[in-house]
Amino acid sequence: MIGFAILAFFQLAGWLIQRLTGLPLPANVIGLLLFIVALFLKWVPLHKVEETASFLLKYMSLFFVPVIVGSLAFFPYLREHWAVITGSGVVSLLLPLLVTGWMVQNRLQARKARQQKEDAHVHRG
Amino acid sequence: MSIAADPLFGIAVTVIVYALFLWLQSRRSWVQPLLMTSAMIMLMLVVLRIPVSDYQKGGSWLSFLLGPATIALGVPIYKNAERIRRSWRPILGGITIGALSGLLSSGLIVLWMGGTSDMAWTLMPKSATTPISMEVSRLYGGYPELTAVLTVLTGLAGSIMGPPLLRLCGIRDETAIGVAIGTTSHGIGTARVLKDSEWMGAVSGFSMGLTGIWVSVLALPLHLLGF
Repeated sequence: MIGFAILAFFQLAGWLIQRLTGLPLPANVIGLLLFIVALFLKWVPLHKVEETASFLLKYMSLFFVPVIVGSLAFFPYLREHWAVITGSGVVSLLLPLLVTGWMVQNRLQARKARQQKEDAHVHRG
Repeated sequence: MSIAADPLFGIAVTVIVYALFLWLQSRRSWVQPLLMTSAMIMLMLVVLRIPVSDYQKGGSWLSFLLGPATIALGVPIYKNAERIRRSWRPILGGITIGALSGLLSSGLIVLWMGGTSDMAWTLMPKSATTPISMEVSRLYGGYPELTAVLTVLTGLAGSIMGPPLLRLCGIRDETAIGVAIGTTSHGIGTARVLKDSEWMGAVSGFSMGLTGIWVSVLALPLHLLGF
């Protein structure tokens, strides 16, 4: 329960900061950033939150069910504009997915190759 | 008042159906608990003529837990921070290119296919996590509720098709898959890859958070550019 209280505290803190400062960042992201800072500064010991966090993350997809079910209300609009929405939706999912994946893998491999070359150099030298 | 209008209905039905599909997934790995639970509940509401608003009285209790679950992403990020730091350039570069190409491609295609600016802004922020995409949509003239739905559908599609598609295209590196999924499919994709490895979940959660920040920051110049 203490774990849940800690997470709720940071969610509330994020919400309050967003309300008071009008930062153009969502409350949950502010809460997440604060929580990460608190973990690094050891204000929050990892073992107090680990169990609750892993439970919430394990079943996270459950919490999305009501949001998806809520899309029922938008069926008429979706039916009317399906072509534009599907066209844009599919391309803007697949393009960044493949470009991002390819770029990260490419950069990591390039770095690995460079390091191996340097290592070989050191051994020979 | 109908029985379904009690919050208990939405909560109990969702948890029971979800647990059922989780159990089925443990026996048949192709079962998709999120997709199938949602489809089954939608079908049930339509067939039994239960208003969505009645279901949401309980459903909103469950979707509220997305808040603490988002904060909880700090745990895998913190535990893997050292490893993320060691590859920060490729990771940061990937997230930036992903967030920008997502925003631009969705907006340009809507306008090119004859859609309006409000429709473009409804779709553009959808690679960010739901609370962020809704805010950005609202800020620049989209329909936030529809953005929420499209965000979730995008995450769902990405979480199902993303990992196999990436592997099919020769992208097998766990870090690369994690960044690509987190950048395009936010929390739903993160929940999916977290099941395969804690590292992929951590890097995906990190990418999701940063994508959210990038999308909210990049939206302003795009708005000024005339989107």
